[in-house]
Amino acid sequence: MTKVTLTVNGRTVSGECEDRTLLVHFIREKLSLTGTHVGCDTTQCGACVVHMDGHSVKSCSILAVQASGSTITTIEGLAGQGELHPVQAAFKEHHGLQCGFCTPGMVMTAVDMINREGGSLTEEKVRAGLEGNICRCTGYHNIVKAILAADAEMAGGRQAAE
Amino acid sequence: MGVEGIGARVTRKEDKRFLTGKGRYTDDMTAPGMRYAYFVRSPHAHAKIRSIDVSAAKAMSGVIDVLDGRQLLADGIGNLICGWMIHSKDGSPMKMGAWRPLAADTVRYVGDAIAIVVADTLGEARDAAEAVVIDYDVLPAVTEAVDALKAGAPQIHPESSDNLIFDWQIGEPDATDQAIAAAAHVTEIEIHNNRLSPNPMEPRATLGIYDGAEDHYTCYTTSQNPHVARLVMSAFYNVAPENKLRVIAPDVGGGFGSKIYIYPEEIVCLWASKKTGVPVKWTSDRTEAFLTDAHGRDHVSKVKMAFDADHRITALKVDTIANLGAYMSLFSSAVPTYLYATLLSGQYAIPAIHANVRTVYTNTVPVDAYRGAGRPEATYLLERTMETAARELGISPAELRRKNFIRTFPYQTPVIMNYDAGDYEASLNAAMQAADWAGFEARKATSEANGKKRGIGMSCYIEACGIAPSAAVGSLGAGVGLWESAEVRVNAVGTIEVLTGSHSHGQGHETTFAQLVAGRLGVPIDSINIVHGDTDKVQMGMGTYGSRSGAVGMSAVVKALDKVEAKAKKIAAHLMEADEQDIVIENGELKVAGTDKALPWFQVALASYTAHNLPAGMEPGLKETAFYDPANFTFPAGCYIAEVEIDPDTGETDIIQFVAADDFGNIINPMIVEGQVHGGIAQGIGQALLESVHYDANGQLLTASFMDYAMPRADDLPSFNLSHQNTPCPSNPLGIKGCGEAGAIGSPPALMNAITDAIGNNGLTMPATPMKVWQALHAAH
Repeated sequence: MTKVTLTVNGRTVSGECEDRTLLVHFIREKLSLTGTHVGCDTTQCGACVVHMDGHSVKSCSILAVQASGSTITTIEGLAGQGELHPVQAAFKEHHGLQCGFCTPGMVMTAVDMINREGGSLTEEKVRAGLEGNICRCTGYHNIVKAILAADAEMAGGRQAAE
Repeated sequence: MGVEGIGARVTRKEDKRFLTGKGRYTDDMTAPGMRYAYFVRSPHAHAKIRSIDVSAAKAMSGVIDVLDGRQLLADGIGNLICGWMIHSKDGSPMKMGAWRPLAADTVRYVGDAIAIVVADTLGEARDAAEAVVIDYDVLPAVTEAVDALKAGAPQIHPESSDNLIFDWQIGEPDATDQAIAAAAHVTEIEIHNNRLSPNPMEPRATLGIYDGAEDHYTCYTTSQNPHVARLVMSAFYNVAPENKLRVIAPDVGGGFGSKIYIYPEEIVCLWASKKTGVPVKWTSDRTEAFLTDAHGRDHVSKVKMAFDADHRITALKVDTIANLGAYMSLFSSAVPTYLYATLLSGQYAIPAIHANVRTVYTNTVPVDAYRGAGRPEATYLLERTMETAARELGISPAELRRKNFIRTFPYQTPVIMNYDAGDYEASLNAAMQAADWAGFEARKATSEANGKKRGIGMSCYIEACGIAPSAAVGSLGAGVGLWESAEVRVNAVGTIEVLTGSHSHGQGHETTFAQLVAGRLGVPIDSINIVHGDTDKVQMGMGTYGSRSGAVGMSAVVKALDKVEAKAKKIAAHLMEADEQDIVIENGELKVAGTDKALPWFQVALASYTAHNLPAGMEPGLKETAFYDPANFTFPAGCYIAEVEIDPDTGETDIIQFVAADDFGNIINPMIVEGQVHGGIAQGIGQALLESVHYDANGQLLTASFMDYAMPRADDLPSFNLSHQNTPCPSNPLGIKGCGEAGAIGSPPALMNAITDAIGNNGLTMPATPMKVWQALHAAH
């Protein structure tokens, strides 16, 4: 057993886990943050995407001990209590989710995509950027719409701030 | 149409919890003292079990117990069953081989469960599972249905000497043969419908909790129909009587059919919880899901379609072999029979039809309903045949279809179904216009100038939804009735709970069902809660599959609302000293028509519960229950068009446009309906271009992860162009037909017709991977 210390959604947390424990299982089981999901075990589906030190990672492909010392944001910490991040709001507005299982990973990937390429996203870029996230319900049509809408809104927000 | 009522594009009430990580799926559930299960599964497709030695595993760190099929049998836990009886054409009943929840003497597919390990952590359970020693006598295996029927094939069940489960037929063999003999033209084709893995993103999971003090079981499970799960586990598997078994299907992350069935794991975890004295949770990993979730499709068919000199269809003859895998899953027998062959008339007036279906055991995971369930197989067969016929006859595919469309309703097909309403030409016209069919030749010329092959293809589908009239399906062999129940519970403050036997696992019932109530009563949608998925809360239900929740589940809500409204009107009339006939319900008030007298909804609700001043003899309270048994199936139909461009150097298919024109009857929420169609089309495109389950000759599954099985991803798909036509369904109070499966039904033939049009080789089979397209293209020249 090894002690792991992380900053998760702004709070410092620590816990003991087996060396083989994946970050996703540490988040789900030790921290009871069950919004991060496991959909495939082989780094393919992206249901487990969280942000580690500001970048999206698949939390099923990293050990909890490797992540020790890092800053993690999960879907639960993306917006303030009772609020929706613009990407979350756009997913609701454009019906970018159905069963909701892939949704946390999709949203975390989308936020990272907008952080990296905000203001210059196109349908083609969004579709390419979602290559590591699988959704079985939506056919991606409304997910793509939602991400483009959120990007436009956030770009507008940035312009207004400048 | 109100802002929140029927027809409004209301955003979903359930979204916030899913978007903020607050969804509660089965694997998120915990119970005090809960431990983790891991299943020991067969690595062989077919073997006798000589011995099972769990002694080393039981001694390992953290292990609570290791249980196997011998103990399960000793405790009287029953076999898994298929709930739909089909008789062969010789009158003999289907040959159902015994399916033990834990195999005790023979394993019949890779993944067949043998033992369960319960340990403190999942890691410890996995480690101990490795230490279970099983001595096998490996037997020859067979995975293809056609091979399993051959003389000398490995015998899979003692109940069937030749692996044949049933040899069934429908329609008129003699009239069909005579029409074919007299035909001006006969199109013949062999159709393969590829085997698919449903792959909802949430893997199956279950948490079994036994309470020794109460002798009571609670089962959290990833189910589309928790009441059916309880019924079957009580009545057939002998887990516990219904009053001692609560089944909860909380948030469920997609189903697509695969979560209809009761699998061994639910039964074994409940039983193991009693044996070990701790709550037992099992969560499938993705490879287990590929190995053990029921697969879909897997048909091979020979087709003859006869035409007269005027290009009218005179007969259709179909001979199908369907692979049902190693055991008969819950509804497996209905899929290639009454959900398939009854739709073989398609949108066309065909005077004579005969279909013969043989179902077969193989050493593969069981095959059952997957989105569409039989109807995609019928549509793919018909629409590939129609396209082939149009090419052979030298007429346009649209003209051949127009010539043969059914145009008067009701229309009795030769294969049971009685179509109640439709306008097939309207959808065809809408789709052709949306796709600019007329401009295709010019676009093709441009592609050719760029060295590309361009093709266009259509598909005109029909399906039967709103499953199903109970007496009708009972007469055809169903073991259950397929009605739905609802309870409308008006609280004393006027807020409303609707309890439904339908189950939402992505469909958005918490919104659409609330829209129905909001529209009827004029109360805000936020004052209405939809309760589902718990056998302790909802009296009874048959669950969600076959696009039945709108047509059947919401119709039950309508019936319950009728009763609630009638009682509320009586109370309002009494309180306002008016005639009951004069009370109208509008904008959240009960009004006396033609006067300014009105009572807000909550006051009537409160009056019903205070019961201080009710009409003489009236019971207090405002809560009503209804069961709705549909009068007929519903018949969604439409036309899909795909246009593709193929790179002849690589064989890669680029979908230029995908058009869907659907007639779902009346629509509750267009946003949600569009989402259902998008998802269905993506699964259909997946079947046509990407997805296929492959077993090797020994029965090892080669496509057992997302690295080997090609799921459609965002960059594989285009955006879709949708439109709706509407001929309301006459058989249910809302005029709804259902929309959940259409996309998966209509899209594969449209795409395959487009690709074969582009490459000029009709022999191509699904999935049309770049390699297969390249080979077909080069074989054609």
